[in-house]
Amino acid sequence: MCTSIVEIVGAQGSGKGEDGWFDLTTAVVSYDHPHHALLEEAITIDFVNSALGPGARVAVEITLESAKGLLAALARAIAAADAVESERLRGT
Amino acid sequence: MAYEGMIAETISINGNKGEPISAYVARPLGAGPFPGIVLIHHAPGWDEWYREATRKFAHHGYAAISHNLYHRAGEGKSDDVAAKVRAEGGVPDAQVIGDTEGAVQWLRAQPYLTGKVGVIGTCSGGRHTFLFACHTKSIDAAADLWGGRVVMKKEELTPKLPTAPIEFTKNLSCPLLGLFGNEDAAPTPEQVNQHEAELKKHGKQYEFHRYDGAGHGFFYYDRPMYRIEQALDGWKKVFAFFEKHLNK
Repeated sequence: MCTSIVEIVGAQGSGKGEDGWFDLTTAVVSYDHPHHALLEEAITIDFVNSALGPGARVAVEITLESAKGLLAALARAIAAADAVESERLRGT
Repeated sequence: MAYEGMIAETISINGNKGEPISAYVARPLGAGPFPGIVLIHHAPGWDEWYREATRKFAHHGYAAISHNLYHRAGEGKSDDVAAKVRAEGGVPDAQVIGDTEGAVQWLRAQPYLTGKVGVIGTCSGGRHTFLFACHTKSIDAAADLWGGRVVMKKEELTPKLPTAPIEFTKNLSCPLLGLFGNEDAAPTPEQVNQHEAELKKHGKQYEFHRYDGAGHGFFYYDRPMYRIEQALDGWKKVFAFFEKHLNK
């Protein structure tokens, strides 16, 4: 990579790759040369299982603007989900 | 019509500390002798473009080898393997130097070699090319194509990349070709100037060419950064440089 922008965070859940669903261990976010998107640099997000080899990967390559939109959407969805969970906790 | 043919195949070579790594080799058919070229692949991986570039050098009369710096990350499609390496913070500089020396020595052991070897790389491979040329006495020419992070800020240094390659300039052991786009962000034109100043300071033999209207990766015909005029001129400069220094 020609930038050193890489952020790594644990990820619990599942991802669907070329060979079907697999358990996730990690999400890797970087700003780097994309392999497929016709951009010079892209925000790339890889959901991987680091124990299963390089092919256990769900990848996206999106523009910086798209990534900002995704971040905002995530924030809204998470806030709404937190509200639902708080409600659920009050009901128990 | 003269008969033309080449052989291209994957092989295993001894990399850093004698560890086996994979490599792709291509050369014209026939006894030779051929000058040698080592291609150091870019950050996007040991991929189809590097296979093509290896065969391009064979087409031009070289015995060429492109070794797989990402071999240790496991088998897989080149983009998946490159993503794994990216998540691991890249490959260690010391390992790259050892792997590349292995590729040079593999070439030097072949009966069809003239005895001259050049090294070329693009993107991170350009950086690795310069770094290697500062750590070996075994090559005769080196071509750094838009290698980013030859100049590095202190905060960019990591255990795998412990020293900015520019710090090794005084040890550069062979003539250097540099091709850069003036719209590149890594390396920036200012960083290219800084590198050139260091080469001048140490009296090194080099030629730098800077292209207007081009950024990073302007040879890659399948990417939006492709700039046909600059790429065609750049390839001419690459082949002229190696013809001059490898005594074709």
